[in-house]
Amino acid sequence: MEPYQLTIAGARKLLDKRELSAEELCRSVLSRITEVEPKVGAYITVDQEGALAAARRADAAMAKGFSAPLCGIPLAVKDVLCTKGLRTTCGSRMLEHFVPPYDATAVRKLLDQRAVVVGKANMDEFAMGSSTENSAFHPTKNPWDLSRIPGGSSGGSAAAVAAQLCLGSLGSDTGGSIRQPASHCGVVGLKPTYGRVSRYGLVAFASSLDQVGPFAKDVADCAVLLSAICGHDPADSTSAPNEVPDFSAALQKDLCGMKVGVPAEYAKAEGVDPDVSAAVSAALDMLEKQGAELVEVTLPHTKYAVAAYYVIAPAEASSNLARYDGVKYGFRRPDAANLADMYTKTRSTGFGKEVQRRILIGTYALSAGYYDAYYGKASQVRTLISRDFDAAFSQCDMLAGPVAPTPSFALGEKVEDPLTMYLSDVFTLAASLAGIPGMSVPCGFSADGLPIGLQLLAPAFGEETLFTAARHLEDAAGIKDRRPDL
Amino acid sequence: MKISPDELLHVARLARLSLDEADLAVFTRQVGDILAYVDTLNEADTSGVPLQSHAAKLTNAFREDEVTNPEGAAGLLDNVPEREDGDILVPKIIG
Repeated sequence: MEPYQLTIAGARKLLDKRELSAEELCRSVLSRITEVEPKVGAYITVDQEGALAAARRADAAMAKGFSAPLCGIPLAVKDVLCTKGLRTTCGSRMLEHFVPPYDATAVRKLLDQRAVVVGKANMDEFAMGSSTENSAFHPTKNPWDLSRIPGGSSGGSAAAVAAQLCLGSLGSDTGGSIRQPASHCGVVGLKPTYGRVSRYGLVAFASSLDQVGPFAKDVADCAVLLSAICGHDPADSTSAPNEVPDFSAALQKDLCGMKVGVPAEYAKAEGVDPDVSAAVSAALDMLEKQGAELVEVTLPHTKYAVAAYYVIAPAEASSNLARYDGVKYGFRRPDAANLADMYTKTRSTGFGKEVQRRILIGTYALSAGYYDAYYGKASQVRTLISRDFDAAFSQCDMLAGPVAPTPSFALGEKVEDPLTMYLSDVFTLAASLAGIPGMSVPCGFSADGLPIGLQLLAPAFGEETLFTAARHLEDAAGIKDRRPDL
Repeated sequence: MKISPDELLHVARLARLSLDEADLAVFTRQVGDILAYVDTLNEADTSGVPLQSHAAKLTNAFREDEVTNPEGAAGLLDNVPEREDGDILVPKIIG
């Protein structure tokens, strides 16, 4: 077995026993990147020298007795999170040459443990997309089938873990951008409760929805990564003061007596691929065999989630992205006649089509005369969606259902049809609007050999419940060691 | 609701985006389709329902107004597209 094939837990054991050095582990991952990355395209930037230097520092620290769960572990970070001295593009020409002078808090917390950041993962521009095809640089391919998309917007982070181009990674989820690519790439992905992880240094898309979270090869590694990045941060006024539990301890808990709610609206949704339905229903059976009780619940406002989200998120985006005007940082068109002309030329050249489309929708929804009808109405529906979850969680401990209606689709298949692409987010958006945590756990494969994930949702700050259920599902499914053949 | 090309041009001006004719045609259709879909929200009964603008169960978060970034402005200024000494250069504002 090559070191790059290890899980975080597996590497930790060897590092602690001094049977493997952080530098050896890093070199193994870097040579894997040299070999496989040209096929997958999971990264925007690979920081070979920086990673090796960090690995050597980790070795030196361990020699002096330093110990931390992620010390010396090579990780990828979605290019939406600021990394001091390492360019952070957000998948956009607008920030192609932006070098942050500070680290995002989530990144800082990894570095405090002396983790090794191997590179910055590819993504849809400004995290807007479900396929990573909106990256201004290149698309990422699904490691299980290189003619297909890895999901998005954190497609690079998910594909890098699946293709073993890192041992774990960070992504961000605004409407499903961790859960959906995790499902399509056959890895574990978790969107924490809104406020669980600091958004400081996360390039803003929709601030009331954005949340940083981990991708991992298995559930136990996911718990280690989440534990590392959680906690209150004075630099993010929406970060929660809640105590951070020991997520790894939740892996040992029993599933007996726990109630898993199966939303009727998810079970009878139209357009769900039969392979996805079959895998989800098999996963529910597994949870039941592990001692959980399945109960039917209802989320009656699910049908409005896509519409509400595609008002609220673009509205917030149109406001957040107003800062990209060519003045203080980022791209600037040099041929402007005056200041206003520079703003317009810079934004029209620096932003890709999907970002422009969402800015237009958001600006329209917030403009005079339309604010109440669009943003106001969508925000009221958001309340109804949150109340649906409150009511459901009064009858069960967690919810389970599909992540995406289909397995990964072909590159180019939905590029010309944004509404169809948006509709594929139907199962992930509601949880984002409500701010509750959600996880995608690999539960099966389609007839074509494409991974399918089960989505687990818990009440706010109920990540431990997700880990307990996910661990039992992982054990029962018996597919966690399957990797794509590259 | 569908949107007309003129309305979309107005919105684009508000957002400081310029659209050529090809973009305008495609965006008018796509944004119109999306807004028509968004109209399904009108089927939801929201009478008396409060707005939810965020998911954080927090009220105000206060802290002292203290400088906490010892690295200062140097790294930020390094990202400025055009500058002179400590100043940011921009094209003329009028004309």
